[in-house]
Amino acid sequence: MIYWQLFLTFFKIGLFNFGGGYAMISFLQNEVVYKQAWLSTAQFTDMVAISQVTPGPVGINLATYTGYRTGGLWGALIATAAVCLPSFLLLILAGKYVFATRSTYPAAWRTLRLVVVGLIASAALTLCNAQNFVDCKSVLLCAGAFLAVCKLKRGPVTVLLVSAVLGFLLY
Amino acid sequence: MSNLIKLFFIFSKIGLFTLGGGYAMLPLMQKELVGPYLTQQDFLDITAVAQSAPGIMAVNVAILTGQRLHGVPGAVIAACGAALPSLVIILLIALFFQKFAENAIVRRIFLGVRPAVVALIMVPVFTLAKSAGVTLKTVWVCIAAALAVWLLHISPVYVVLLAVLCGVLLSKKERAK
Repeated sequence: MIYWQLFLTFFKIGLFNFGGGYAMISFLQNEVVYKQAWLSTAQFTDMVAISQVTPGPVGINLATYTGYRTGGLWGALIATAAVCLPSFLLLILAGKYVFATRSTYPAAWRTLRLVVVGLIASAALTLCNAQNFVDCKSVLLCAGAFLAVCKLKRGPVTVLLVSAVLGFLLY
Repeated sequence: MSNLIKLFFIFSKIGLFTLGGGYAMLPLMQKELVGPYLTQQDFLDITAVAQSAPGIMAVNVAILTGQRLHGVPGAVIAACGAALPSLVIILLIALFFQKFAENAIVRRIFLGVRPAVVALIMVPVFTLAKSAGVTLKTVWVCIAAALAVWLLHISPVYVVLLAVLCGVLLSKKERAK
């Protein structure tokens, strides 16, 4: 039963995947290419490329694409729902208790907030690689986008759309 | 009811413009939610919990925000909103464009978009710094966390766990005073 197998595989991925979409790629490769042999390595590479150039969380993109390739529309829906379900249950059940500790352990949350700022910075730093910055035009685009948001108070959507047009014109 | 519909549209907008991982959704989330719905501290705390839970960070942020605003129905609606745009787009691509990622126009557009995404992720580092309590005395915590993840490739989960452990000990010490 392909739907049940899709559900189990993606539930497992949703349950044990820590560390975001990119960490999910190797986990998924192991499950989908090696264990289940649903996709070939070439198909998997295509899928990763597609999920990086389409909007939406990478994990959702990967689940939808694999689900569709193996089980059609229902496969896509089941895989996508299954990958979200473990954290949904966990956060709904435990979220309230976690946030209740804001008054009992204030220093823990103060430390956590500092760390989150660091984690966001590290996410940006990790993306400062040769794939995202191909030449000086990339650096200028990045600086321009930063100033547009901070100084000119433009929204992220405007900045993304303008940079898409500029990318099309400049390259 | 209209509040739930609004929540759905906010998160589908966020899902639609999230390019490249969970952190890329934070600038848009901050713009859409901080102020009318969440305080900056709520936003930081939700990010911390979403990052430490398993699964997809962007969806976790949606679940926690939805739950905070409208309980379990809010969590379901927000998560569906965040997931729906990419579900539809991937289905369309799988149906019609086999070689989408190799398309020359797509490549050119993304050469422009990727550096902008990096800038968009940098922005909250500065705009959230004040409400996160970043001062000359505390900034080393942020720098240490960033370096641990960026250069040493330590999983953010361990960084968060260590922060919680130190923070709990600090809370106990403060209470003892």
